[in-house]
Amino acid sequence: MANITVNPTRMELTRLKKKLKTSQRGHKLLKDKRDELMKQFLETVREVKALRAEVEKDLMQAHGAFTLASALMSSEAIEQALIYPKQSVELTMSFQNIMSVNVPIYDFHTKTQSSADIYPYGFAGTTGELDSAVEALQKVFEKMLKLAQIEKSAQLMAEEIEKTRRRVNALEYVVIPNTQEAIRYITMKLDENDRSTTTRLMKVKDMILKEAIEEKRAQDVAAMSGYQAEHA
Amino acid sequence: MAVSYRIAVIGDWESVMGFRALGLDAYPASSPEEAREIIHKLAKEDCAVIYLTEQLAVKLEDVIARYKDALRPAIILIPGKEGSLGVGKRSIQSAIERAVGADIL
Repeated sequence: MANITVNPTRMELTRLKKKLKTSQRGHKLLKDKRDELMKQFLETVREVKALRAEVEKDLMQAHGAFTLASALMSSEAIEQALIYPKQSVELTMSFQNIMSVNVPIYDFHTKTQSSADIYPYGFAGTTGELDSAVEALQKVFEKMLKLAQIEKSAQLMAEEIEKTRRRVNALEYVVIPNTQEAIRYITMKLDENDRSTTTRLMKVKDMILKEAIEEKRAQDVAAMSGYQAEHA
Repeated sequence: MAVSYRIAVIGDWESVMGFRALGLDAYPASSPEEAREIIHKLAKEDCAVIYLTEQLAVKLEDVIARYKDALRPAIILIPGKEGSLGVGKRSIQSAIERAVGADIL
């Protein structure tokens, strides 16, 4: 395969085997994480879709009421009526951890408790249409906040899923196969080394034996010729 | 973590005025450039949720993309007074595509 730049040593082999084990474990864990995140994400997305449709519908109604109000009152009068709000909203944000993704949870407190007490203007100079517009907005606001929460969660989860998916794929299709290939390469190289050592030893043994035999033969010949010279 | 944050609404005058009565911070913005500046300013300050009308959002995609992965602020698209353009729905679709790699719903 592509990058075989590893040293074919036993130490490297042990290291790679350890690495392979870690990668496989990491791959499994990340895969589980991805699957669970995906499950949660799809649930959230379904919720977002439904809620968004609802909010958009309600908001259009509120806008319609507001348009009606602004048709009956001058824009200066509306601005004057709404310029200083009686109601104020405080938002506190906490976090929930879904599979290592921090998603926000919004919690809001309004200053005035009663929903009938939100109109920041006297009723004398304004029309009833403005009242109903504000009331409609008030009703949709709670849903809008919920929408903000889950839509943001969905966005953050989408980002995390994308990251996790890439990691899983990188491990599955690059890191693990490459490591396996390197391990195979080293094993083969080491085996090859083993075999060549064996062959070399056999060869050396042969040579030594041959030498010994020839020496012995020479001795024999010398002894023979000495014997013949004595007895001739 | 009892820090309190603000909620802002950005859009054309008629779309945001009503929210002022609810105690939200309404920022009427007539041009995308104006809205862009307001968003950047609010993001630096203590603003957790920004509602942005779709009419402005179509021209501010870069800003929205920039804050998409940030924990705060959450930029949520709402239809303006002219009606929904379907941009909000598309943003969910794109989130799905991003996560799954295909549009499965």
